Order: sequence, then C-alpha cells, then structure tokens
Amino acid sequence: MADLLEVRDLVKHFPVKRGVLFKQTIGHVRAVDGVSFTLGEGETLGVVGESGCGKSTLAQVLMLLEPPTSGEAFFAGQPMFSLRGNALKRLRRDMQIVLQDPYTSLNPRMTVGDIVGEPFEIHPEVAPKGSWAGRVRELLDVVGLNPEHINRYPHQFSGGQRQRIGIARALALRPRVIVCDEPVSALDVSIQAQVMNLLAQLQSEFGLAYVFIAHDLSVVRHLSDRVAVMYLGKIVETGTEDEIYNHPTHPYTQALLSAVPVADPALRGRRDVIRLTGDVPSPIDPPSGCRFRTRCWKAQDVCATEEPALIDRGGHPSACHFAEERSVVP
Amino acid sequence: MTALLEVEDLHVEFRTRDGVARVLNGVGYHVDAGETLAVLGESGSGKSVTAQAVMGILDTPPAFVTRGAVRFHGEDLLAATDDRRREVRAEGIAMIFQDALSALNPVFTVGFQIEEQLRLRRGMSRADARARAIELLDLVRIPHARQRVREYPHQFSGGMRQRAMIAMSLALDPEVLIADEPTTALDVTVQAQIMDLLAEIQRERHMGLVLITHDLGVVAEVADRIVVMYAGRIVEQADALSLFRNPGHPYTAALMRSLPRIDAKGTALETIRGLPPSLLRIPPGCPFHPRCPRAEDVCQAEVPGQARLGLGRTSACHFAEEVVRG
Repeated sequence: MADLLEVRDLVKHFPVKRGVLFKQTIGHVRAVDGVSFTLGEGETLGVVGESGCGKSTLAQVLMLLEPPTSGEAFFAGQPMFSLRGNALKRLRRDMQIVLQDPYTSLNPRMTVGDIVGEPFEIHPEVAPKGSWAGRVRELLDVVGLNPEHINRYPHQFSGGQRQRIGIARALALRPRVIVCDEPVSALDVSIQAQVMNLLAQLQSEFGLAYVFIAHDLSVVRHLSDRVAVMYLGKIVETGTEDEIYNHPTHPYTQALLSAVPVADPALRGRRDVIRLTGDVPSPIDPPSGCRFRTRCWKAQDVCATEEPALIDRGGHPSACHFAEERSVVP
Repeated sequence: MTALLEVEDLHVEFRTRDGVARVLNGVGYHVDAGETLAVLGESGSGKSVTAQAVMGILDTPPAFVTRGAVRFHGEDLLAATDDRRREVRAEGIAMIFQDALSALNPVFTVGFQIEEQLRLRRGMSRADARARAIELLDLVRIPHARQRVREYPHQFSGGMRQRAMIAMSLALDPEVLIADEPTTALDVTVQAQIMDLLAEIQRERHMGLVLITHDLGVVAEVADRIVVMYAGRIVEQADALSLFRNPGHPYTAALMRSLPRIDAKGTALETIRGLPPSLLRIPPGCPFHPRCPRAEDVCQAEVPGQARLGLGRTSACHFAEEVVRG
C-alpha cells in the first residue's frame, strides 16, 4: 500500500502566557510532542488516548488549522506545511474533517443545502454552479438523509442526523482522507452503530482513508486497520488492530484496554484488570524519561532517565523499556 | 417487606410551548439496602427525570408529576411537606451528577461545601466539620486531603471533582445513593477508579445504589438488577446475568447487538432503524413498535403490559416469552 499521508516527528507546543500588558511566556503545553505515522490509501488508522493526550491537536495540525511547531507531513509525497496557493487549495479538497459535536459544528442559520453545498463555492471546479442543488441531494441520499430535507435547518434534525450532515459536507469535495475527530462519541448507542456502519460503507464505496480519533477503544477496534495509542503527546504503541488489542506490549495500552468495562456480567471478577492510580500529569511539565512512568507499575530507574524509543519490541513498535506482551482483553 | 426506595407508577409531563411532553409514563422500580440497581437507557428515555422526581428537584413548571408515588421506607415523598422532603434529601437519599464541575459551587472551597451540611444538619462546629471533611476526602482517596480541602473545584481534575462530589454526598450517611451518569465525562482509566470506589463504599455502608447510565459495559460490571427504559417506560427488568444472557425485550436485544465490543472485531454492526420517538407524540401501542424488528398489528393497537418471565423478570412486550427464548 502506497503511503497517502506520512507524518514525521510532528510537534505542536502552545505557549502558556502570564501578565496583561507585558505577556511573558512561562511554559509550553506540549500537546503533540514528536508523533510519526503513515496512512495508506483506503486505510483506517485509529488514534486512541485519554483527554489531553493530544489526539485532537493532532487533527487540527493535520487539517492545517494550527501551524505545527516543528516536524513534517507529506500528502501523496508533497510536503504539506509548505504548500501555498493552488497546491494548498487542492490539498484542502483532498483532506476533510468530521467533528465531534454535531450541535456546534453546523451553522444554525444555514440550511442543510447551504451547509453541504458551501464547499462548492470555494471549489467550483468540483461541481459547476447549476449542479449544486442536485449534488447536495445526492450527498444527502448517500449519507442516508432524505434529499427532500435540503431546505431544513440543523435544529430540525436529531444528533445522529446532524452527524450525517457533517459527513455529507466532508464528502462534498470527494476527499481522499477524512480526519474523524470523535465522530460518534456524542451519540446514543443505537445511533452510534448507524453512523459507524455509514463510515465503513462510505470507505469501501469511495476508497477513503480515515484518521479515526476516539477515546472509545471498542469503537476504534471496530473500524481500524491499524491503531496508534497516545499518551501525553506521544505515540506509546502502534500496530495492527490485532497486535494492539490481542498482543499489547506497552503497560499503558494494557491498562487502558483492561479498564474498558466488558458487556458480559459472567466475566465479572474474572478479567485481568489493571488499575492505574492517579491522574495524567500536566502536559506543561511532563515527567522526565518515559512519560507514563509516574503511573506505571513496572517503572525502574532507567525509566526516569532514558526516554524509551518507539521501536519494534516483540513484533510491533512499543515505547517501553520493559515491553512485554500481556493479553488483557477477554 | 417494604423496599428501601420504591417508585410506583410514576407519570411526569413537561408542559412546553410546543405541547405536553409525556416524559414518564408509569415508571416503577425499587431498590433495597446493599443492592445496586442500574437504570439503563438512551437520551430522552426518562432515566434522569425519574431520579429528579425521586429527589424532588424537578423544575415545576415545566415538569409536573401527574400520578404515582415515591416511597422511602414506605413513606410517600410526593405527599410529604417541603421540610420533610428536604430532610430526606439531606439524610436519606443523596445524589451525584455527571458533570461535577457544574454541580459544585465554584465560589466556595470544596471543604466548605462538605462542611456546610454537617454544620447545618449535625450542628457541628467549624473545626469538627473541617476534620470530618478531611476524613471524607481521605475516604474517597483524594491525595493530600488536608491541603485539598481548602481548594476550589476548578483546582481539581475531573476525576477528583467526581470524588469530591461523592465525599459530599456521603457526609450525612445516606441510605440510598443515586448516581446519574457518574463516570460518563471521565476517561476510561479514571472511570474504573470511580466505579471501584462507588462499589466499595456501597458494600461497606450497605447502601442502596441507583446507577443511571447508558453504558452497557458499566452496567454489566456492577449491577445486581437492571431496569431498561425507553420513551418514559420501563421496558424490561431483570437480574444482570439473565438480561445479558437472554434479553426479554426486543429493544434490549437490539441495543446489545448494536454495541461495538472491545473483545471482538465484528463486521457491520446491527442497528436499530429510525430514531427514538418525540415525547410530544409517542406512538400508540408499544412505543418501540416503529423500530421493532418483530412488530405486528397488535403492537400498534395495544400498549403491552409487564409480562412476567420468572425469576422476578418482567418485559413490556406482547411477545416477551418468544423474545426471551431467543
């Protein structure tokens, strides 16, 4: 599989400022701190992690909504961050985003037709002006909405339907990559399944590649070919869906997986459950060495002094000095 | 034997500009001491409104309780005076909420908010109340409780705020704790910590715990009994093992099949077609019939009663016996 998207050592730091008139930078939030991955054509890369691990910042930087502090990214071989003019416009066509909150990501004063058709105003080469309404109807149909509802407003739709509107908008320009930032986490279980099936169906129909960002490990497992686990701005383990879920080697991945409640009361008290203590440290002042060491039951002196590299340990890349397989999912 | 807390045939409507929304249509459940009852349902099913009616914290208007009873040790709280209700709310039934940041008062320290109730209801001195607040924060495992007691809610992390709220709810030793989506806003590793804590406290104090949640996984891990709500009704109630093994209502069964699982990579998920009904216009007959895979004519015509399925199980489905057999 040729790499459609390649990210190399991506860093995004946000300055923390103090003072009113004479602002002083007193530190940096190290939201994304050296992340590398690749994404093939038609593939889904799941990115999982807890709040504050940098997964949404990663989405923002990939969508060029925030400039990176350092690092590079290539789309179909072209360096993304230095593109200007027409080449940049073309890239924005090829990469689209679906956001988490279907209530705030749609303009309440625009009709569904205007929302889904707006991309055509900026990229008229995709659809000639007279064909917009027809294209919007097609798109609504593709995402399972009634094309007759083209003149309705977002508030007339339920949460799941609004998320479909957001997906239709993302599809309008026939992108090759869609970054999905928690696309189903605001939805009820019965609706979540509908939207997940829709995403899977669109992928096979249009050959889309997804960067699928979510905190729900079950959802990520269901949709992803490969998975990257993030903790405090870094990828701690990455591999195929099977490698991460059935053969995790990083203690954080193991703890995360074992903390997910399993919908089977017969397994109560029989699962291998790892309980982490404490909270995630501040990304302004992350621990030295391995960032997970403050909550890790395996931590030794070396973990405080030497940062473990994300290299192949036992079959797939894992950033732990003591990487060892432990199966925690029943 | 009277149940510790019993909700009986509760009807609540919201009188809105757009019409009357029938939010609860005959909800009944009970919880005993030392028992964990999970109330499972999606948005708009009425699970939180039931809890608010039990606590007497519904906003009236728009919400009106039109029928039913809430019995605590057999005493109907809906008929009680405001003073008596306040007393029960303080000492009998406590509640914790999903969003601890908005449930805590931002302009008072966490300690003050715990101490306030101790001073008012127990007549404790400031110093005694402070000492007790520190004990309670210790109990819910907030590190450095002695310093933390003086901090404000915004200085706490999400998980710690939820712990502080639990500490506050335990201050007056309630017999029932209602937890409304206590871990929904939290990360999964913190969720596990909080659920462990709740289970432990419940065991030690022999409290009745009503856990309101939409998360089937959480329910499977902690519940003794489960009630499933849909469109303001209880559609099924059962012990946890039976409910997960053979669901007795098509809605419960469909919900389980639509859940992506951590322990298996499936293909397409089964979905429940359509949307939950608007509470302004609940369909006639069984409220689930427009989305139900096995609906027949009778489902449109008649509201199903609670069919008994043995082992204390009930299901509000005309075909409950067949559903439970699979």
